[in-house]
Amino acid sequence: MTTFDLNFAADHFTLFGLPRVQALDLGNLENCFRDIQAQVHPDKHAHAADADRRLAMQWSTRINEAFQTLKSPGKRARYLLALLGHDPQIESNTTMPVEFLMSQMDLREAVMEARAASDEEKLEAVRLTLLNEIRADYERLAGLIDVTRDFTAAASLVRQLMFQEKLLNEIDDALEAVTA
Amino acid sequence: MSVVLNDVRGRPLLPSVVRYDVDGSVEVGYGAEARQSIDPKNTILSVKRFMGRGRHDIAHIETLPYDFVDAEGMVKLKTIAGVKSPVEISAEILKTVRNRAEASLGGELTGAVITVPAYFDDAQRQATKDAARLAGLNVLRLLNEPTAAAIAYGLDNSVEGIYAVFDLGGGTFDISILRLSKGVFEVMATGGDSALGGDDFDHRIFCWIIEQAKLAPLSPQDARLLQMRAREAKEQLSQHGQAPITVKLGSGEYVDLVLTTEIFTEISRTLVQKTIAPSKKALRDAGLTVADVRGVVMVGGSTRMPQVQHAVAELFRQEPLNNLDPDKVVALGAAIQANLLAGNRAAGDDWLLLDVIPLSLGLETMGGLVEKVIPRNSTIPVARAQEFTTFKDGQTAMAIQVVQGERELVSDCRSLARFELRGIPPMVAGAARIRVTFQVDADGLLSVTAREQTSGREAHIEVKPAYGLSDGEIAGMLKDSFSHAGDDAFRRALREAQVESQRLIEATQSALDDAADLLSILERAHIDAAVAKLQSVMTGDDRRAIDGAMQALSAATNEFAARRMNQSVRRALAGRNIDQISP
Repeated sequence: MTTFDLNFAADHFTLFGLPRVQALDLGNLENCFRDIQAQVHPDKHAHAADADRRLAMQWSTRINEAFQTLKSPGKRARYLLALLGHDPQIESNTTMPVEFLMSQMDLREAVMEARAASDEEKLEAVRLTLLNEIRADYERLAGLIDVTRDFTAAASLVRQLMFQEKLLNEIDDALEAVTA
Repeated sequence: MSVVLNDVRGRPLLPSVVRYDVDGSVEVGYGAEARQSIDPKNTILSVKRFMGRGRHDIAHIETLPYDFVDAEGMVKLKTIAGVKSPVEISAEILKTVRNRAEASLGGELTGAVITVPAYFDDAQRQATKDAARLAGLNVLRLLNEPTAAAIAYGLDNSVEGIYAVFDLGGGTFDISILRLSKGVFEVMATGGDSALGGDDFDHRIFCWIIEQAKLAPLSPQDARLLQMRAREAKEQLSQHGQAPITVKLGSGEYVDLVLTTEIFTEISRTLVQKTIAPSKKALRDAGLTVADVRGVVMVGGSTRMPQVQHAVAELFRQEPLNNLDPDKVVALGAAIQANLLAGNRAAGDDWLLLDVIPLSLGLETMGGLVEKVIPRNSTIPVARAQEFTTFKDGQTAMAIQVVQGERELVSDCRSLARFELRGIPPMVAGAARIRVTFQVDADGLLSVTAREQTSGREAHIEVKPAYGLSDGEIAGMLKDSFSHAGDDAFRRALREAQVESQRLIEATQSALDDAADLLSILERAHIDAAVAKLQSVMTGDDRRAIDGAMQALSAATNEFAARRMNQSVRRALAGRNIDQISP
């Protein structure tokens, strides 16, 4: 009865019945997620037999994983590129354009100074600048993957975005340290 | 409709106070509370603070009157009735509540939803679940307290949008950010402090009294007395601008002071601040700002303090919502959810609850650093797999340390468990591939499994929890409690197996009614035979025969369960596709 296992092993896009695109309709994704979760969530099987409860947990876990991957533009891009045979090699490939690195270094320096001076406002300002950059880059990325299908450029941009998101995390840590 | 059940004297609450007596009897609630200053050593208040905690985790331990006993992982308390684990003490409270419910409702409980602070870690959750088992409760779910409050509030007011639940109780603080929409309660982020609550505010007043009255070191009885007065003064300040504190101590000293709101606000400023930082962090984690929050629901008796109300209003730039009884809203939400979990749902009366794990789970790596495996605020249930390899030729075992917390160093996080992987086939260094899977279930509890990939062999895992109780310990405690209560352990266990059998048969029957078309005639006959077998043995007193028949029925329905689940997923998707086609 292998047909019954097909969905569980399917890729995230197929699981939700969605097209393999970076510019995903998030509202639609969320509706799919909720509809399936409404069926499989452990709360819906809390009074059922052990076997059902175990399956519900496995399915619900699987749906959560797929949703979290597809919801985040960064995770979605990495997953989609790998699915299309163009793994962005986040770990192994660290080459980045010089001007990008320079601008990131400036931002990082500003964060370190603001953190040292416990300047919450400054940190929030840098955070906003970075967020806007990231947002614009993700729009560009969707074009590279879905429209021009330039996967090499897309992979390079994904690596840059990972770098920016890491800096965003550092800003959040700094904000936490400053406001604590 | 859900209601809070009163005790025989019409009181809805049960103070979490347990007193042990020399004859082995146990008193729980108001009676125990009244005797706290006479017998402080054997009267345990707020045991929740000790659940799953080691000695060094407990704040102001030096001011507590108990005899703590060092035990691995979790502290124990030496009482006149013997050494008690917080799990056992907590079980006494749950037993009292269970008896009240069974007496009011006139029958055995189908199951229970136990609420826990959202910020409880794995050790605290596990200890809570153990206590419920010990109290003979069938735990349908551990539910986070702010989430329970959100259910009660959201359903009562049919609101939609982003809401914050600010929950300051006696010993814990939680902040949860939820998105409420039609039929879905989604926790976006949670934060808090599992060692911050009304008790700490009492303690500040207690210290202030000692300082102002220049008191000599106190006896345990006097300390309890002052703590009670401190608490009364705090409660009075929620209504009035000042509170007189007059006490005659056993030492002969007199205390005659007046605490004003201004002084109280000043001496508790840092405590209030400790609620603001996690609130900001939770908003950031949710990717939101203060402007996105439509309402702030106040939960827990400690939110009655005016300085807390002011601080929350200032942070969220709006008046907090106080239209629910902060002492009851969590219980009401839990009852509503319990009804749903037990399967009593009417058409249109159904919702989905998506909760998160409050603290990141990680692994110890080289040099005592933490590698995060599951980040905080991940929606549960959640699982992650991680691969490990050997670093010596012929290595057949390795140890994995699992921690919970946000810091980068292992020593700053809470150690949850040390897993020993044994039986790895001997290979050259780096050749073995051991896949370890971390699964967090809907209760927020962790389990770990491991498999050696190259040989396909399931590596044997030896779990050495740094906390919690083994099944053997639970069994021992159960036996003890039965012999004390004069109950018959054997009859009790038999009764539980019978109830469990009945539940299994009913669940199977309802599945067969719903989806019999998924089975071939032969498969159906196989399941029917297993049901008949269980029915024939369950009324007897052969416990092993009942267990065997239950296992056989479970095995017979495994594949059926998998098919039903797949069918419901496909139905959900099919429903969507129709939605998309129609305008």
